[in-house]
Parts: sequence; C-alpha cells; structure tokens
Amino acid sequence: MSEYFHSVTLDRDACKGCITCVKRCPTEAIRVRGGKAKIIKERCIDCGECIRVCPHHAKRAVTDSLSDLERFAYTVALPPPSLFGQFNHLEDTEILLDGLKLMGFDAVYEVSRGAELVSDATRRLLRAGALKRPVISSACPAVLRMIRVRFPQLIGNILHLRAPVEVAARLARREAMERTGLSSGEIGVVFLTPCPAKVTAARSPMGAEASGIDLTIGVSEIYPPLLAAMNALVKPSPETVSRAGRTGIAWGRSGGEASATLHERYLAADGMENVIKVLEEMEGERLGDVDFVELSACPAGCVGGVLNIENPYLAATRLKKLGRYRPVACSHIDGMPLEELAWETGVAPADVIRLDPSPMVAMEMLGRMEEIEKRLYHLDCGSCGAPSCRALAEDIVRGYSHEDACIYVLKEKMEAVQGSLTALRLGGFPKKEDLR
Amino acid sequence: MTGLHYHYQVPGDDFTRAGEASGAVKGLLKRLGLDPEVIRKLSIALYEGEINMVIHGGGGEIDVDIGPAGITAVLADHGPGIPDVDKAMEAGWSTAPDYVRNLGFGAGMGLPNMKKYADGLSVDSRVGEGTVVTIVVHTAPQGL
Repeated sequence: MSEYFHSVTLDRDACKGCITCVKRCPTEAIRVRGGKAKIIKERCIDCGECIRVCPHHAKRAVTDSLSDLERFAYTVALPPPSLFGQFNHLEDTEILLDGLKLMGFDAVYEVSRGAELVSDATRRLLRAGALKRPVISSACPAVLRMIRVRFPQLIGNILHLRAPVEVAARLARREAMERTGLSSGEIGVVFLTPCPAKVTAARSPMGAEASGIDLTIGVSEIYPPLLAAMNALVKPSPETVSRAGRTGIAWGRSGGEASATLHERYLAADGMENVIKVLEEMEGERLGDVDFVELSACPAGCVGGVLNIENPYLAATRLKKLGRYRPVACSHIDGMPLEELAWETGVAPADVIRLDPSPMVAMEMLGRMEEIEKRLYHLDCGSCGAPSCRALAEDIVRGYSHEDACIYVLKEKMEAVQGSLTALRLGGFPKKEDLR
Repeated sequence: MTGLHYHYQVPGDDFTRAGEASGAVKGLLKRLGLDPEVIRKLSIALYEGEINMVIHGGGGEIDVDIGPAGITAVLADHGPGIPDVDKAMEAGWSTAPDYVRNLGFGAGMGLPNMKKYADGLSVDSRVGEGTVVTIVVHTAPQGL
C-alpha cells in the first residue's frame, strides 16, 4: 500500500472553503485552494481533527463497509474497548459480543485481550530496564505519525510493541484457522474502528510489513445494525464468553494503558494539543520524573475517536463502571515469546519540516521567509488559505503560494493603483510641449 | 553569505511564557534541517538560559545568530548580576527564593546544564547592571 494512503478525505461538494479545518489541523496539512480544502498528503497524520471540526461535514473517513464481509468464508469481529462505552445501560460486555454474532460475524475477539498482553509485555520490559525512558506508548497511530512528522528525535522513545489491535488480529486469525481448518485468506479479520487513524494504520502499519487486519469498519457504520441486533437478542449464548479484564477495558479511555503499567511514574495526555505540549517537553528533556508516557490524539482517549457516537467523557465513565467487578486481567504473556508482540521493522522519520535538503538553501529560504512575514499583517485571518501568516510566508518560499494571496497585501496594492489613477486624473495629461 | 538574525524579548517574572523564545528557535532550526543533535543541544541550553532570565534577570533580550559555522545566542538581562560566576557554575548552587523552588525551578542546575550542552559558554556579569550569557553550538562538521 502506498506510503501516503489516507483515510481522511474531502467531499468537494460539501466543502465551502471556510478555514475551520485549516486552522485546527495539528500538522498544518490543509490549505484552501480554488475555494476547496486541500490536504497535503505528506503532512496529514489522519488524526481526524478536521472531521471533528468541519461545520459542513465535508471531511470524511473512508472505511470498508459491511458488504465487504461477503468476501470471506469466515469473519471475526474485533471490538475495541471504547466500543463498550457507546451504549446506554450496558451492564455486560457479552451482550455486545452476542449482538455482533447476530449481525453476522462468525466469531468475536476482543481487542482488550491484545491490550492486556501488551500491558503485560510493557511491565516486563520496564522492569528489565531495557527501554529508553521516558517510553512513549505505541498504541495511538495518529500520535506515532505526529512524532514521525514533527518530533522525529523521539522515535527512539516509542515502545517497540505492536498496537493491541494488531496483536489481537493475529491471535484471532490463528484461533479461527485452528477452529475452522480454513486458510488465512478465507478468514476476514474485521476491526470496528473508532477513528480514521486506525484505518490508515491497518493499510500501511508502522513497525510492521503488513497489518493483520483485513477490513476496518467505522463504529458509526456498525452502530445502527449492532444496536438493533442487541435489542433483538432473546437469551445470552452460552458459548460467548467475554475475555476482557478491567485492564483491557480501561485501555479505551485515557490513563487506562498508563495505569496498567503498575508504575507510578507515568503521564497520560489526551487531545492532540496536549499531546504536542508533552512531546515538546520531552524533546527538551524536561520529563525527568516520568518513565512512561501514554498519549492519545483524541479527547478522553479512544472513546473520543471521531467515528464514535457517544460523548467521550460519558463513555469513559461507563468503561470505569463496566470494569469494576472484573478480574484485573484475563490475558497474560505466560509462555508467549515477546517477539510475537514486537515491531518487525523500525519507523523512519518523515522529512517534511525542513525547507530544503541543503542547509545553505534552507538558510536562504528561511531568510526570505522572514522578509515576507514582515510585510504581512500578522492577523492570521486565513483568507489566503493558509493557517497563519507564517505558514503563508513558508508556502511562498516553498513555491506553493504568492504574496498577493494575502487580501491585505492585495488591497494595499490596489489602493496604490487607485492613488496613481487619481493623481493622473487630477493632474491631467501632460501637454506635448511640457515633455520637451 | 551573511547569517540569519533573530531577536526576542523575554518578559520578567512571567513563568507561563518562559520557553517561548527557545521554542521558536527550535522551530527555525528544524526548518533548516540541521543535525538533530545540534538542535537538541542548542534548544536545551537556550531554554535553561531563558528560564534563568525570568527567574533572576527580570527579563531581557535574546539575540540569535545562525551562520554557516554554528549558532550563537546572546542572552542579556538587566537583573542584579552574579557576584561570583564560578560559584554559580557549580552544580546545585542556587540563589532561588523558596517560591521559585516550589514551582520546580531553582535546583541550581541552570548554568551547569547550559555548560554541559553548549559547545561554548561565556558569562559576563556585573553586579547591579546585569548578566550577558553567550551560548555557542557548532553545526555538524559538514557545516551549513
């Protein structure tokens, strides 16, 4: 799959060319061009912030759809812990798992199981002192992409373990193959995703050659039929047994993964603005008191994913309630080799910040950028299509825009022309003899 | 070619804004695509210096020059000055009042840390007039 596959896309007809998304994009990856928002693919990290803020619903996440399930002889649904927080009066996780089966999935494998294995492995690695501290969680793909783009120096601090959903996907496939005797290709492992970043991660994963996930379907799409199926359930199925412990369920909200390290020196931040602030502190080596850093791009954690239905904070409260009387964890590493959970490949920095590969040229460009910025008005109005005057100055030196894109610069020029015309009219045309 | 010059005002006694100048400089250096180690050293040393200006110097000005050979940052405050610069360079030696220490600053590691990260550090202080700290970080051997 291409390096620049993105699940976040634009509905051109719905886009009004306002600058709401341009201003809110945490990597300054959007510009308005020709009256429509344009995503700069090299910079986009699929965090879904633009989907969250677009007042015209012009930003969408491309996910697979339920009709794609027909491509497989046997399907396994992977519900993430955040999904359990989307339902009112849900007292029991098994109702949801039964609902998924009634909808047509042949089996269900909770992502919480993968999460508990990752937590177990993390604790072992932290105890062994084998990690560069502070360790950054590898679970949120939008955060990983943010680090690649804006904080490449911190790549070495990322926990080299697969995200829980990837761990669960592999184990689910293995279990399904053993149970059915079918080949890997006949089994569809289907992740019910709360966010677009995880759609992208399933197409072009970081730290792995290929994802274990076959399809990703947004919670927003699965919710109506799932709710109907849950309401249609007559009696619980005896063979459906939830294997999510308190730890696995807590992973769906901010602080869940960090507290599962059973380590006091952790920090958990949620919401991309807060994540960036923490990464800035880390880059300045000012997090000496912290060993483990959990970062979620969405407010309140995965429950805040843009494809979810429920208010993130309410959903987080429900997860706490659901986890209350459960065992701390149901899945443990035991004899499993840690390599099964580890990254297969490294993560390369994304080269999008520097102005030019040659520092000499970059210096000249930066100098020009300053000169241009001085001539701009520092209103950051966004009318030029860039998020700030500084971003416009940078676009100009990169050759993507020009100074007249600023309506204030343009107005100044027009006023100068108008002044000249007025002077010409008042002064009249010179007589031929005056010119001699 | 001439280098780039940047000027920053550092307001005194406003801890919420401390770090703005060093953060801005870090952004510039990233755009230049300099060696990450150079960026790391300069931004840590500059941040320490900027914090010092807020804690001790009552604010001041930072002037940063980026040239082919390296980066020079001159931090000038108009504070009380340092009576004994050698002592101030010792790790753990601190003049910070308790309210500052309670904020987590003033551990006596400011100047020692700056010395650790900078390739060159000079401190020129006059009691009653102020302190000028100069931080130099050389760019990677291949230069700009």
